[in-house]
Parts: sequence; C-alpha cells; structure tokens
Amino acid sequence: MSETTIERAAKATPPSVARKIRGLSDRAIAWIFVGPSIFLLLAINIFPLIWTINLSFTNFRANRPNREVEYIGLRNYERILTDSDIWLTMQATAHFLFWTIALQVVIGFTLAYLINKKFKGNDLWTTIIVLPMMLSPAVVGNFWTFLYQPQIGLFNYIVSFFTGLEPSSFEMIGSVALAPWAIVIVDTWMWTPFVMLICLAGLRSIPDYIYEAAEIDRASKWRQFWTITVPMVLPFLMLAVLFRGIENFKMFDLVVQLTGGGPGSVTELTSINLKREAFEKWRTGYASAYAIILFVTVFGLASIYVKALNKVKER
Amino acid sequence: MSKFFSGLLGLRRGPWEMLATILIALGVFMLMQPFALVAYTYSFIVTLVGTVMFIIVSHFRE
Repeated sequence: MSETTIERAAKATPPSVARKIRGLSDRAIAWIFVGPSIFLLLAINIFPLIWTINLSFTNFRANRPNREVEYIGLRNYERILTDSDIWLTMQATAHFLFWTIALQVVIGFTLAYLINKKFKGNDLWTTIIVLPMMLSPAVVGNFWTFLYQPQIGLFNYIVSFFTGLEPSSFEMIGSVALAPWAIVIVDTWMWTPFVMLICLAGLRSIPDYIYEAAEIDRASKWRQFWTITVPMVLPFLMLAVLFRGIENFKMFDLVVQLTGGGPGSVTELTSINLKREAFEKWRTGYASAYAIILFVTVFGLASIYVKALNKVKER
Repeated sequence: MSKFFSGLLGLRRGPWEMLATILIALGVFMLMQPFALVAYTYSFIVTLVGTVMFIIVSHFRE
C-alpha cells in the first residue's frame, strides 16, 4: 500500500525536530502558524491606525519633529468639519462618485447583457472589453492626457466629428467646466469592465429553467427582463456599486496623473486634498483627523458592503 | 413597520442593522451634499454612530 503525504512528511522530519513538535499542544501549533500573520496585521494595520487616532488630537507637524506636541482635543475635527474648502472637495468627490457609478452600472450591465448572448467571437470581445481594467492607473492617466490634448488629441477630434465643434476650441483637462467630466470619462472607461464582469456572473447564475417556465407562461421578453433578469442580478449590481463606491472614494493615482487636482481645485478629490495637507503643508495632526474622518466613512460603507456580500452568498 | 419596531425592542439583528445602515448612508449623504454646511458639520458624528452601532448590533441574535 502506498504511503500518504502525512506519513511521508512524518518520516522526512529529523528526529530532533519531531521530538520538539511532539511536545507542543494543538493550540500552540495553531498559534505558531497564525502568530506571524497576527503580528504583521498589528504592525502594519492596527498600530498605524491607533497612532493616527492619537495624532489626530494633536498639533504635531512631521517637518518639525523637535517641536513640543500639544494635545488640542477635538479642534482638528472641528476645523475640518467647518471648513468650506474641504466641503467643496467632498462635493467634487460626490460628483465624481455619482457619475462614475451611474455610467459604469448602465454601460456595464448593458455590455454584460450583450456578452451573455451566445454569438461568434464572444470570448474575444470579452477579452478586449476587459483590457482597460488590466492597465496601470498611471499608464491610463498618461495616455488619456495625450488623448485629451486640444491640438493633437484623438478625443477632441472624435467630439468635433460628431458635434462640428473645432477640435482646439475646448480643453477637457484645462477647463473648469469640463475637467470634472474628463476624470469621470477616464474612470468609466477603465472600470466599466469590472462592473460588466460582476453583472455577467449574476446573469450566468440565473438558471435556464426559470426563463423556460416564463416562456411557457407566455411572458414577453420585456417582462422576463424586468421580472427575472433585473431582480436576480440586482444583488450583484449592488455589490458592484458598493465596491466601486468605496474604491472611487479613495481615488488618487488616476486623477493626480490626469489633472493633478486642477484647474484650481475643481478635481481635487478628498484623497488628493489629504495628501496636500499631510505632505505639502505638513499639518500632520490635522491630516490625521482628516484621514480618520475618511476612514470611518469608508469603514461604514465597507460594513454595508460585507452585509450585501453575505446576502449574495445566501442566495 | 410594526415588525420593524418590535424587532428593535426585542434587540433583533435585522432591524438594528437596517437602522445602522440608514445612519451610515445618511452620514455619507450629509458629508457630500452641496446644500447645507451644518449638515456637513454633523455628518461625521452620524456616520460614526452608524458604524459603531453596526459593529455592536452584528453580534445580536437573528
């Protein structure tokens, strides 16, 4: 009879090591395996979080480490939550969040619905559509900067082809009115495939017999879509919305590469503003309080996300 | 509706989680709305209460 893997491993273990292990309880062995992960989690996540909470109550500045640090209570939070400039930053983030999610859901669901139909070249099209998602945000930001160039950019020429406007008559990145839309377009281009994949998973999870039963009941395609397809894909769609919402709330790299928060501060999202406070103005205590506000918001949204995820799992 | 309130009184997870979710969503809306600065000022406390409540009530029985 052949030996099992466990028996082979037991034979291969040197006697000195085997003697030591034999003396350990199951609980101790479990701690040996879990310990390094817990240590890393505490060192990389929990300790910096606690330290940031502590700093958020101080006037600490990282560029003046020798200055005496004063505890100023909730003053940093009070300043942030009454600052109309930060409020405007939050509104810029809200504009970005709302439009990216709305467009990604509509286009993503439509693409998933079309890709779900059986046709020749289905797999090839799926691969092509998914390509933008695989690119680095820095690369996407760079080449969209070229596409948005008023003189040589392809985007302006396409818009001028459909509208009759002069290609150099408008500047997507340089205009106060158009720059917020420029970042929405790029994010939608990059992340719609992600929403499409989630919707596709939802569409493929619907059993065929439900549609067959509807056919027997002579339900029209339109009715099948609204009473079978939409309700059954809805939890997946909700998941996509929450996931993209959390991700876009933290959006940094793509927008920095594209507009750098400008012109003025119309595309300055919260994470860009936070980085300026922390590493340009060096108001570390203030920036820590700002980070905690964003953290609580994202954590709250993540809690809803986990709840929605569990509901999808239950299905 | 009465089921929801009896669930709250009976410390059931479902209605309490729903309440916490509403508070979080309200807090996020208050944070990002363009209408009133005072709503923005109180957004953090609403989100914080919702989030802490969510953590606590997720240990309630179904």
